[in-house]
Amino acid sequence: MLSKKQARAFFLGGTVVTFLIFIGLTIFSFSKGQDQTNHEGITEQVVRGKVLWEENNCMGCHTILGEGAYYAPELTKVIERRGEGYIKAVLMSPIPWNPNGRQMVAYGFSKEEAEDLIAFFEWIEGIDLNGFDTVVSPLAKDRMDKN
Amino acid sequence: MKYKSQKVAYWFFAFSMLLLVLQITYGFIMGFARIGFDGLHEFIPFNTARAVHTNLLVVWLLSGFMGAAYYIIPEEAQRELVSVKLAYVQLISLAVVGVAAIIGYHFNWWEGRKFLEIPRQLDYLVVVNVLLFLGLILATLFKGKRKTTTALVLTMGLLFAALLYIPGMLPFDSQVTDSFFRWWVVHLWVEGVWELIMGGILSFLLIKLTGVDREVIEKWLYVIVGLTFLSGILGTGHHYYYIGVNKIWLIVGGIFSALEPLAFLAMALFAVNMYRKGEKKHPNKIALFWTLGSAIVSFVGAGLLGFAHTLPQTNLYTHGTLVTAMHGHLAFWGAYAMIVLAIISYALPNMTGRKLYDSSVGRAAFWLSNIGMLGMTVAFGVAGVAQVYLERKFKMDFMEVQAEISIHFVVLILCATMFATGIVMYIWDFYKHGKPTDEALDLESDL
Repeated sequence: MLSKKQARAFFLGGTVVTFLIFIGLTIFSFSKGQDQTNHEGITEQVVRGKVLWEENNCMGCHTILGEGAYYAPELTKVIERRGEGYIKAVLMSPIPWNPNGRQMVAYGFSKEEAEDLIAFFEWIEGIDLNGFDTVVSPLAKDRMDKN
Repeated sequence: MKYKSQKVAYWFFAFSMLLLVLQITYGFIMGFARIGFDGLHEFIPFNTARAVHTNLLVVWLLSGFMGAAYYIIPEEAQRELVSVKLAYVQLISLAVVGVAAIIGYHFNWWEGRKFLEIPRQLDYLVVVNVLLFLGLILATLFKGKRKTTTALVLTMGLLFAALLYIPGMLPFDSQVTDSFFRWWVVHLWVEGVWELIMGGILSFLLIKLTGVDREVIEKWLYVIVGLTFLSGILGTGHHYYYIGVNKIWLIVGGIFSALEPLAFLAMALFAVNMYRKGEKKHPNKIALFWTLGSAIVSFVGAGLLGFAHTLPQTNLYTHGTLVTAMHGHLAFWGAYAMIVLAIISYALPNMTGRKLYDSSVGRAAFWLSNIGMLGMTVAFGVAGVAQVYLERKFKMDFMEVQAEISIHFVVLILCATMFATGIVMYIWDFYKHGKPTDEALDLESDL
């Protein structure tokens, strides 16, 4: 029967080994040739867009890369789906954008800020998402083809 | 209660209860917004309500864990806390940081990073607060007469939780790496080190409530936390499938996160078996309900419902939908909320001397809150599965789908009302116990 000492060895050994593998895999997945985060596509404008994204807690309603609050649409493929003009209008609107009765906060962004956020969304579109981009709602290309 | 300084736990628990009520209130604000009643939008938009709801959860659970540690560590180490005054300072500073963060969220002062919205400036105060807490616990433990496995596992959980807060403070220009390291905090907390804290509290409660030999309970505690880390650390990969990192995580995350339910299954079997084996029947039935309930509901909520969408093939469709909210609610409730409510139910009569061990209000609180939460989970689940099919399979527009599934949020609100009634009853029972007193010293030593 398992002794307490053996049980402790199982805990400590398992933890150390899996943690080392975890660190190794982290290094591997960001290494050259394996990295698929579209890192080279990050410009100053994209960074400004990300700052705006965070300062206004956009993922408190929306999702991006599938992460967020499920209250407002997924924005991973939003430029492809809606086009730049529409997004700009939403971001710069001085009154709450109100699609189908669900209100968005009226941020009233400046033109530059709206463009920064659009650059951020465009950068997101260039990331290799292991196929998530093909199911994320609704498939922009499919829809356009059908219309 | 064996040591006077254990009384400090009471105030951490009371603070927890206050935040829990607020958390539920903000939950209702979100629920009503989803069915079209968003009259508070101008003052409390959804993103504010959401950040407050999830952050209050984290803070009330942490306050509960801290209270648990202040109660358990003196008893395990067999000495008074090294400083009661500093423990109160720590509580007040925790309250100040928490309240400042929550107020800030109403004025667009935050970092929009899911679960870690606390602004950077306040992060540093969190670090100071946690260091003070850990200092008090570690000093008490090491000056104590004995160092039990239960105390060590609990302390290790708290220590690692503090260390893991650091990756979440690193700044990144890339949304992907930001998210990657954010999960080091969030995932490795809730599916890693918090399970150590849960395991430590569970082990303490089982020793007290069942009378089974400490050596047996603590041996299995090691096995359980071993299984937790063995599966949970590499299981972090299930957050990396579709956020823009290497495909290797599809395999690693898939395999190891599929093993994660084993730790919770072991926890449930362990608790039930120890209860059956135990010869001592502690009169505090309510505490026993919450203790066994926590072990069982965490298996269902964290283990089974987590497994339901953890495989990459499934997660491709469920990632970023309400299916996650389904799993999240029952998992947090079972694993962490219930274990905090269990230790409170056990410790309160000991600290106040009022032995309301088996009140009908206490029993009703248990059943109403559990049935209510189960109903909420089902409502989220049905809404989530419908969303997956309509949006991801049939390519319907997001808002069209939201209109279709809004009926499930009416059900959610009804179940949440039942849940909230249970919580109000629990807090009523808490209040009825009165304040902690030195007269309660050693009152339970005969049990």
